[in-house]
Amino acid sequence: MRGWSVEDGLAVGLPLENVDTDQLIPARFMSAPRSAGYGGFLLHDLRQTAGPDFPLNQPQAAGASILIARRNFGGGSSREAAVYALVDAGFRVVIAPSFGDIFASNSVNNGLLPARVTEAATERLLSATPCALRVNLDTLTITGAGDPVAFELDPVWRTKLMNGWDDIDLTASYADRIADFAARRRETAPWVWPDSAGGKAADL
Amino acid sequence: MTARVLFDKLWDDHVISTREDGAALLWVDRHYVHEGSHHGFARLAQRGQALTQPGLTYGVADHYVPTRGRDLPIPDADVARMVRTLDDNAQRHGFRLFGLHDPGQGIVHVLGPEQGLTLPGMLVVCGDSHTSTHGALGAYGFGIGATEVAHVLATQTVWQKKPRRMRMVFSGQAGPGVGAKDMALNWIAALGADGARCHAVEYTGSAVRALSVEGRLTLCNLSIEGGARCGMVAPDSVTLDWLKGRPFAPTDWNRAVDIWSQLVSDPGAEFDHEVTFDMATIAPIVTWGISPEDAAPITATIPDPDRLSDPSRAAQVRAALDYMGLTAGRPLDSVTVDQVFIGSCTNARIEDLRAAAAVLAGRRAQVPGMVSPGSSLVKAQAEAEGLDRIFIDAGLDWVASGCSMCVGMNGDLVAPGKRCASTTNRNFRGRQGPGARTHLMSPAMVAAAAVTGRLTDVRPLLQGRMV
Repeated sequence: MRGWSVEDGLAVGLPLENVDTDQLIPARFMSAPRSAGYGGFLLHDLRQTAGPDFPLNQPQAAGASILIARRNFGGGSSREAAVYALVDAGFRVVIAPSFGDIFASNSVNNGLLPARVTEAATERLLSATPCALRVNLDTLTITGAGDPVAFELDPVWRTKLMNGWDDIDLTASYADRIADFAARRRETAPWVWPDSAGGKAADL
Repeated sequence: MTARVLFDKLWDDHVISTREDGAALLWVDRHYVHEGSHHGFARLAQRGQALTQPGLTYGVADHYVPTRGRDLPIPDADVARMVRTLDDNAQRHGFRLFGLHDPGQGIVHVLGPEQGLTLPGMLVVCGDSHTSTHGALGAYGFGIGATEVAHVLATQTVWQKKPRRMRMVFSGQAGPGVGAKDMALNWIAALGADGARCHAVEYTGSAVRALSVEGRLTLCNLSIEGGARCGMVAPDSVTLDWLKGRPFAPTDWNRAVDIWSQLVSDPGAEFDHEVTFDMATIAPIVTWGISPEDAAPITATIPDPDRLSDPSRAAQVRAALDYMGLTAGRPLDSVTVDQVFIGSCTNARIEDLRAAAAVLAGRRAQVPGMVSPGSSLVKAQAEAEGLDRIFIDAGLDWVASGCSMCVGMNGDLVAPGKRCASTTNRNFRGRQGPGARTHLMSPAMVAAAAVTGRLTDVRPLLQGRMV
C-alpha cells in the first residue's frame, strides 16, 4: 500500500443515511478472489434497481475518487470487500458525518480515507456535487466548494494513510515483547491454550 | 489503584505495548476463522508467512454451508470451493476445524461459547462483525476485517485504539413475551444504528442479570447493530453454571473461577456514557424498515415521513417504506408476511427454539418457513426434546445448522419482493436476497407471525402456555 497526502479528484454525492456494507457489496459477490477486481460489485443492487438517476450511474460521476454520503456510512458487517469495491472502483476518500467502526478501520488498511465532517458540512458538500475537491491529509481540510471544510481523523490513522504502512511489518519489531507476553499469559491463564492446559480433547 | 470498569480490565489484561499516538498492540486469545476468511489466508500466503498460534485458532464452516442434503456433494461450485478452501487452510496450517461434517459444527458465535472455547476474560476476534456476541461471557470480542485477520494469523495480535466506555442499564423486569431481542432492538431504535459508535458497551441492571446466557448472547450479538465496538456482561454464577463442564472449559476450574471473579466494574468506576432503560416501557418489538434502528413496538403504527421534522430522516423513512412495500400510518400488526425464518447467530440457540416451539405447539403455520438451529449440538438437543416435531407438525422445514437465510451466502434466499419475519440481525436492503423484505423480531414473535400469517403480538398467544 502506498502512502498519500493530497487527493485532487471528482466528488460525487450519495445523499443516503446508513449505506450499509451489504449495499456496498451484496454477499453473493464475496467469494471472488481479489485479483478478479471488485469495482463492478460496488453498490451493485442499488445501482441496478435505481436506474440512470442513481448518482453513481450518471455520466458525470465517471472517474470520481471522492464519495460524500450521510450518517453511518459502512455500518454493518466486517466485510473488507466493501472497501475493496470502493477502492477498485477508483475511490480514495469517503466523506460522511459518521462511519461504521470496522468499515473505517478496514478503509485505512486499504488506503481509503474515511473523513468525518459535521452534518451541516455534509449537506453543503452534497449540494455542491458533482464537483472537483482537494482533500488534504496534512491540513485535514477539504477545499474546492466554498469555505474550506475541516475533517476529523484519528491521528493513528492519519499517520498510517500518509505512510502507507503495513501493520504486519510494523508489528515484526515487537516480536520479543509479544513472546514475553505470551509466556506470561500461559502462566496467568493457561486455559487459553486448551491442549497444553489439559482442556479435554476436541472430540465430542 | 484507580477504580476500573470491566472493559478497562479486559483491555489492560491484553495490552502488549502502547504507542505514543495511543494505538495499542493487543494479545488475541481466540481467533475464529470461517469460509469467508479466505481473503485473510490469501494475504498470509502472499507474504509467505505461517500461522503463528495454531492452538489458538479455530475454524468453523458456517457462512456458506448448505442446510439441506449435507450427505451429498455440494451442488453449487462456488459454495463447494469456499468450504474446501477452509478445509485446505486448516490442513495446511494445522488448526482445529469444526468442518461441515463435524458433529460440533455450527455458527461460529453459537459454537465458540457452546464449546467453552470462549471464556471470561478472553480477547476474541473473528472476521465477522457479530463477534460482539462473545462478550456475553465477560470477554472482549469484536469483529475485524481481512487485513486484520491476516495480521492476527501472522502475529496473534491486533492494533486497536481504546474505545470509550458506555454503561447500558436495563432496570426492572421483562414482561411476558419480552426478551433479549426486544431489549436490543429497543436501545438501537432509541440511540440509532450508530448510537454506540466507538464505544465498548457493558450491559447491566436487574433485567440483564435475569437473562440466561443465551439471552445475554443475543443482547451482546446485536451490539454491533447499534454501532458498538463490543458489548459485554460481567460474568456471574449464571455464566459459571452454564460454562462448567463444556468441552474446552478449564480443567483447573477453581483457579479460573477465582481469577474471573475480578471481572466486574469496580464500585465508583466511571463510564464515559450512561443510558438507562426501564423494562416497563419495553414491549415486543419488530422492525419496519431497512436498518435495525427502524424498529417499533408491535402495537405501534408505521411511521409517517411527512410528520418528521428532519428532512434527511424523512427521506430515509420514505425510501425504507418504498423498499419494504409499506404505507405510513398502517398498524404494524396488519402487515402480512410470506414466510418466516428462525435461525442465525442472534437467535438460534436452544432457548430460542424452545421459545418459538412454545408458541407453535399444537398450531399450524399459515406461511412456509425454515428453522435452522445455531449448531449441530443445538439441533441434536432440540431433537432430543422433541422440538423438531413441533416445528415440522406446524408445517415448517427443519434443516441443518449454518448462517443460512440470515445472509444468504449458501443459497438460502428470500425471493425478490417477498416479506420474511426473521429472527436474524439485519434488515438491510437485499440482506436475505435481492429485493427481499426483512422484519426482525424475537423467535417467539416469528412463531406468532407464522401462526397468523402477519406481524403479530405474541402475548395473547402465550396465555395458558408454559414459557
